[in-house]
Amino acid sequence: MKRWINKQKNIIDFTLSSLLRRKGKNTALFIVYTVLVFLLSSVMFYTHALKKEASIILQSTPDIVVQRTVAGRHDLIPTRYAEEIRKIRGVNDAVPRLWGYYYDPQSRANFTLMVRESHPLAAGDISIGSGISRTLKVFQGDMMTFRTFDGDLLTLQVADILPAESELVSSDLILMSEEDFRFLTGMARDSATDVVVRVRNPKEFKTVAAKIVTMLPDSRPILKDEILRTYDSVFDWRSGMVVLVIFIAVLAFIIFSWDKASGLSAEERMEIGILKAVGWETADVINMKVWEGTAISLTSFLSGVILAYIHVFSTAAPLFAPVLKGWSILYPSFRLTPFINPFQIATLFFLTVVPYTVATIVPSWRAATIDPDLIMRS
Amino acid sequence: MRRSVAYLSCLGFLFLLLISIFIHARVEQGHAASRLNEMTRLVQELELTDLCLFTEARYTRHPTQADLQTPFQDHPMAMEHFPSGSFMKIPEGIGRRGGHEALDQ
Repeated sequence: MKRWINKQKNIIDFTLSSLLRRKGKNTALFIVYTVLVFLLSSVMFYTHALKKEASIILQSTPDIVVQRTVAGRHDLIPTRYAEEIRKIRGVNDAVPRLWGYYYDPQSRANFTLMVRESHPLAAGDISIGSGISRTLKVFQGDMMTFRTFDGDLLTLQVADILPAESELVSSDLILMSEEDFRFLTGMARDSATDVVVRVRNPKEFKTVAAKIVTMLPDSRPILKDEILRTYDSVFDWRSGMVVLVIFIAVLAFIIFSWDKASGLSAEERMEIGILKAVGWETADVINMKVWEGTAISLTSFLSGVILAYIHVFSTAAPLFAPVLKGWSILYPSFRLTPFINPFQIATLFFLTVVPYTVATIVPSWRAATIDPDLIMRS
Repeated sequence: MRRSVAYLSCLGFLFLLLISIFIHARVEQGHAASRLNEMTRLVQELELTDLCLFTEARYTRHPTQADLQTPFQDHPMAMEHFPSGSFMKIPEGIGRRGGHEALDQ
């Protein structure tokens, strides 16, 4: 065993010396390789953590949300729909929900207005999300002025700021009383944005939804399961940025592997020839090439994965910020919880390290099986 | 020091770092429990349906509540023109496979 270890050490010594002889080329290869693994891992970590966090947070989302559609678009729903829905067997409760959007021309930001049903706010008071407070520099006790649907001005006082911990769901929220909401938006007393339905038995969600559609044909029920599935699918590996990064990475690895698999440089062939001539076995040459592939790919892989973890979970993914912020003025400031699993690391490993190592060994094996005299003469 | 020993030590150190990210992740998950509980409580209290990630348009702010014609609402050929569209996919229901329940059709 000790002899085997010593032999491997000698081969590694030789391999590292050989790599250092082509220092420039191999350093460039290491940097590009690390950057590719870093990008791929960052996207994988980010989307997985986001999906996981969404699945935990949205477990308490409404059982069914019923919208009304007119000409294919979401429209206001009459509050009497809630009364109709309550009559369906299995329905615990149906509550009209009041919410909407408000575009602030001065800051050019979109807010989400909402009426809090539990613990209603007093007329004239609002609770705002931390994102609004941070962006507009508005704090507890300050006044905010809104332009109502008919052009009047409505000034409301910030009673409190929603906890910064909840920014991922509340960054752009403005909670207000029903009275202020209706005055601001002009929504009639008998209308609401949608209806939230609570169902006693989770197995009956679909049945209740089907009954709602039969009873109210212009309604569109959205089930809890659909809400959860939406976040699972919009950030899956086939989504825009992810598929783009995977495509670029795969293309780069094909170029890498093609470069390696299409043959060795004259210098590398000569090296193999000399090694064979001085008594190296074919197995030793392949062993050396395995270590060469490992030295580049495994080191790049480990460095890339660790850097990606720091990028996504310790520095809140600053490289993705321009894409995430997009055109929006208000964006949440949040740090994702690191949800990672060994399966992700294994996928990344098989996607990046294995093809490169194989592509390094195959041409070397071919060169190592040819007569050394022939190699050196060619 | 021999090059092989230096390299293997370096590789060992990187492996240790890789293992430590799993430990760090587990510790952070414990710390995040109160934050996640706070958000879950708020989602339940306000009956929220979406994460506040992209606020530029209603169909990016509330993708679960977007109507079925969402990607075409600006003009018939428009898919999605906000940069966030490069990060998130078109809602499943719009595609041919139809991720929404048959109730929506």
